[in-house]
Amino acid sequence: MLILDHLWLIPALPLLGAALNGLLGARWPKRAIDAVAVGATGLSFLAALELIREFSALTPQQIPWLKSYFPWILAGNFRADFALQVDQLTIVMLLVVTGVGWLIHIYSTGYMAKEGGYYRFFSYLNLFMFFMLILVMAANYALLFVGWEGVGLCSYLLIGFSFLRKSAADAGKKAFIVNRIGDFGFMLGMFLMFKTFGSLNFADVFSGAAKMPVEAMSAAGVLTATALLLFVGATGKSAQLPLYVWLPDAMEGPTPVSALIHAATMVTAGVYVVARSSVIFAHAPLAMTVVAVIGCATALFAATIGLAQNDIKRVLAYSTVSQLGYMMLACGVGAFAVGIFHLFTHAFFKALLFLAAGSVIHAMSGEQDLRKMGGLRKKIPWTFWTMFMATLAIAGAPGFSGFFSKDAILWKTASSVYGTSANNKIFWAIALATAVLTAVYMFRLLFLAFFGAPRYNEEHVHVHESPRSMLVPLVVLALLSVVGGWVGIPELLGGSDRFEHFLSPAFAAAEKAAPEAAEHAAKYSHQLEMLLMGSAIFGAAVGVLIAWRRFLVGKPGFLKGTAFQKNVQKLLSNKYYVDEMYDALVVRPIHWASNAVLWRVVDERGIDGSVNGLAHAARAVGERVRQVQSGNTRSYATWVVFGAVAVTTLLIWLVK
Amino acid sequence: MPSSYYLVLSAVLFGLGVVAFVFKRNIITIFMSIELMLNAVNLAFVTFSRHLGNLNGQVFVFFVIVVAAAEAAVGLAIIILIAKHRQSLNVERVDLLKL
Repeated sequence: MLILDHLWLIPALPLLGAALNGLLGARWPKRAIDAVAVGATGLSFLAALELIREFSALTPQQIPWLKSYFPWILAGNFRADFALQVDQLTIVMLLVVTGVGWLIHIYSTGYMAKEGGYYRFFSYLNLFMFFMLILVMAANYALLFVGWEGVGLCSYLLIGFSFLRKSAADAGKKAFIVNRIGDFGFMLGMFLMFKTFGSLNFADVFSGAAKMPVEAMSAAGVLTATALLLFVGATGKSAQLPLYVWLPDAMEGPTPVSALIHAATMVTAGVYVVARSSVIFAHAPLAMTVVAVIGCATALFAATIGLAQNDIKRVLAYSTVSQLGYMMLACGVGAFAVGIFHLFTHAFFKALLFLAAGSVIHAMSGEQDLRKMGGLRKKIPWTFWTMFMATLAIAGAPGFSGFFSKDAILWKTASSVYGTSANNKIFWAIALATAVLTAVYMFRLLFLAFFGAPRYNEEHVHVHESPRSMLVPLVVLALLSVVGGWVGIPELLGGSDRFEHFLSPAFAAAEKAAPEAAEHAAKYSHQLEMLLMGSAIFGAAVGVLIAWRRFLVGKPGFLKGTAFQKNVQKLLSNKYYVDEMYDALVVRPIHWASNAVLWRVVDERGIDGSVNGLAHAARAVGERVRQVQSGNTRSYATWVVFGAVAVTTLLIWLVK
Repeated sequence: MPSSYYLVLSAVLFGLGVVAFVFKRNIITIFMSIELMLNAVNLAFVTFSRHLGNLNGQVFVFFVIVVAAAEAAVGLAIIILIAKHRQSLNVERVDLLKL
């Protein structure tokens, strides 16, 4: 019961590491910084493992296991404690955050070895771990929000890590500001929740929401509003339409940061919040539909952009946005456990993809453009094979982790009890199309980088395999990308769906609110599930074939050369001009308003005007009044007499 | 005699002192007008002391006399210095006390 009694240890260790490195690290040798940063996260990971052992001994009545440490905010009848809790959902998130986080810390010691600000990097990275752990362990929305904002801060700091480069500093600001828009919705959601339930504790809110009736589509009420507001926050953090624009730009940060924060953990916080608030969402079918539509649209939208990007990290960034859309889709069709399952497997293979991409960039001495790579397979075999595993996993090759989670999402989408079956068919079709596109753009990346003839100057670039500190995490993650999905093998394939069963207590209350499923399930047979699974495998295979034909063999596509094809290509490589649109619709008007109105009028005329005006008035009055001070003693005396007379008169008048 | 007589006398003396202070130019005269005002106040104190039947007023009078003596010593010293420096006792010419 060591860790169960001392839950605070898990987030506190990285915080300690961040403080030590941040305050003292500037004078330490690299080895000491490594030891503190990797040690702190490693211990945190061990603590999480020990926690799982202890957790499995708990009875169902003891879950969620709650530890309240001290009252944090007391104001009127509002009370928020510094309270941590552990349930099945937290356990999964803890494993992902500490496990993947630890591996990425190890990788970073190799990747960042030649970078300046070494201690600063690890201090931020540890601080991120602290906030992320607070986020997933918090027992109320207020504390969750602390972690939520904290990871946003660390994301900002790490994207702008090389702050001397303007593009990096700008990307950091963009990420922070876009996230703030989402956070605004999240806060409104919290306020509404407090107004409705009088508390922000998970226990109070969820039991309160469970007692309320399910709000029909046409009679959306307070729960729908709360759910939608929370989802606004989730679209910001989890890079969904329309707030996804910051994530591709976040690739300005160092690659391990992209892997940890912008692929494996932080961006999944939105999915976590939706899954955590599953009770509220389940009572608001309208909100569920919105989540499903946004998730589905994001998945397809980002996947199409990913087809036409040439920066290796940007391809992966759009892939992340697309996969997050998948997770949201799963939540939106009521399959929260499956969404979290995809989050779990995605953390492995996407972290691996980024780390392997980092290894490629390292090998190419900083080159990120796919058009200037090629033929790297033989030169960096470890990187190639691990990345190949991850690509297979994300493309959904049978047996790999991504296959099980993605297939589960497709199946749950098609057989969802939410929405009409026509809608669900559309969702399923889009999700399948996205799966095909995923296979295309991932294998395009693989073929362009590792196969074919080298397209770089072999005399100038000396391709070299990365050091062992980078390869070991790659191999471990590759292993996990393969076997990570085996915890959730569906019954259809002789498994027992253990992952979903493990998580089911966390979503039990949401299940109860779901539309009646008994009659519904009969319509969906094992044959159908088999058929859908087969089509998913077929789709992935088609995707791989397209990529192979187009990018490896080099045969032109069937529309090659036509004006239509050129226009589509241009549209995709310019990312649908969304950034330009936001620039014209939001950024420029704000710029103009700030310049022309706030600066020229409000600041210069209003604020400066009143301040300077006061000063001018004081000076003018002083100019007049100083005439009184003539230096003539007798005139002073006269003033004294007048003053005395005035005071005396006043006194007499008052006494009366 | 009623106290009011003394108070009126005190007020008249004080008024004379004020008028002399404001309108005279010779420093010595001004100085004397200050003494006149102080003594007018002393008279008022004594009157009230007798009228109210306690000695507080008379105690204040002694204080005033002591302070007036000290003031006379310092004031006359200043006047002598001014006279030496400016060769004049005209207060109009002592006007450096300004910005």
